[in-house]
Amino acid sequence: MINRNPQLDENGVLQHLLTTEGLPASVLLHILDTAESFVGVTERDVKKIPLLRGKSIFNLFFEPSTRTRTTFEIAAKRLSADVFNLNIAVSAQSKGETLLDTVNNLSAMNADMFVVRHAQSGAAHLIAKHVQPDIHVINAGDGSHAHPTQALLDMFTIRRYKSDFRNLRVAIIGDILHSRVARSQIHALTTLGVPEVRVIAPKTLLPKMVERLGVHVYHDMAKGLKDIDVLMMLRLQNERMKGANLPSPEEYFKYYGLTPEKLSLARRDAIVMHPGPMNRGVEIDSEVADGKQSVILPQVTFGIAVRMAVMSILAGNQV
Amino acid sequence: MQLPDAEKAFDNLAKKIQADAGRDFALVGIHTGGVWLAERLHQALGTKQPLGTLDVAFYRDDFDKIGLHSQVKPSEIPFAVEGAHILLVDDVLQTGRTIRAAINELFDYGRPASISFAALVDRGGRELPITPQYTGITLELPADKMLELKCGKNGKLSFHLYDKSMPE
Repeated sequence: MINRNPQLDENGVLQHLLTTEGLPASVLLHILDTAESFVGVTERDVKKIPLLRGKSIFNLFFEPSTRTRTTFEIAAKRLSADVFNLNIAVSAQSKGETLLDTVNNLSAMNADMFVVRHAQSGAAHLIAKHVQPDIHVINAGDGSHAHPTQALLDMFTIRRYKSDFRNLRVAIIGDILHSRVARSQIHALTTLGVPEVRVIAPKTLLPKMVERLGVHVYHDMAKGLKDIDVLMMLRLQNERMKGANLPSPEEYFKYYGLTPEKLSLARRDAIVMHPGPMNRGVEIDSEVADGKQSVILPQVTFGIAVRMAVMSILAGNQV
Repeated sequence: MQLPDAEKAFDNLAKKIQADAGRDFALVGIHTGGVWLAERLHQALGTKQPLGTLDVAFYRDDFDKIGLHSQVKPSEIPFAVEGAHILLVDDVLQTGRTIRAAINELFDYGRPASISFAALVDRGGRELPITPQYTGITLELPADKMLELKCGKNGKLSFHLYDKSMPE
């Protein structure tokens, strides 16, 4: 039996968005192109279209997240879907219900789509394998595995500012080891034809054999940022500080925090991105975060359009 | 079968609108054919208001059946819809469902004073109570045929007929 990508049906049509890994460039570009037309909708007075009227979208957040959940909620509401937010971290699971029992219960309430955030890698895959074929699943972040809509909105932002992917040098900077965002970014960037993707981080924050993903590894910002067009910063999670990964936030900032001086080592027209929430003074200096080269707030705006695109493409791809 | 001349149909349509030009319409073309026609009408009528374009894909009623396959072009309405007299322009009128979607979308931009509708071809087969105020030509066609307007490199308009089972 052929080991088919669980996100695609037998005709290669997208049924779930679980990871950017293994998705063909045509699927990624279709999402970006569709998002382009939704940007127009989000700029109107009435920021709502009737495309998903009558559809029920459940936000299943097994891990606390206000921002991502809100952006999915806004996207769904702008498509006129009915949105139900379930903060499962504090409800069913704490009562001992299993993940699949929770999903079965919600499916019995005629859900059309699940948006899943879970601390365990693979949770969204498990749900996608389990649900009826007319239910679609979007991974909103699973463990340190994948966060595909974040990577797609990053690709959308890059395309808006830099046009051609095949002519870029991109650096991902920070805690690659624990970052689902970084993994999804790397797969999307390489699939879309970016010829040089670098990761810049201390050894303790890089996964083993990260080169196998097709990236170039740097431990030094001065070398790593040379000729870079796009800087993708990662959030340094405070909880990592307490372990053995890092000596202190100050020490990290000294070597890897993005200051105007370090940014000046990249190309003069380089853009700076960050998935948020930012730790100012840890991975990024305020002067850079609020500076001319920062596209961090446009990323948030484009995130709505990209999530609208993913939801409407999935909902339209019925079996 | 012999298809009518699209250029003649356009001249006819433009004349009818001109003859009735009691007020200054704001023109809105529906992608893709309707936009070509609206651009031509905009010149021919000397309309002062900027031209609007609509892609009704997000407002269609068959999304559940056909999904979002083609690339949707952004709608652009560069004038205030509130209180405007709008003339919607489309190439081929059949069921009326596209016009229903277009009217719905326009109302998301504001409350127009009036909406009129100009179709290059009315081929019958209505499924909704939609009637054009201006028509270039009327045509009887079998239901399994698809009539498409094309625009050549020289800007010349022409009709093409397809079997519905295999478009293009």
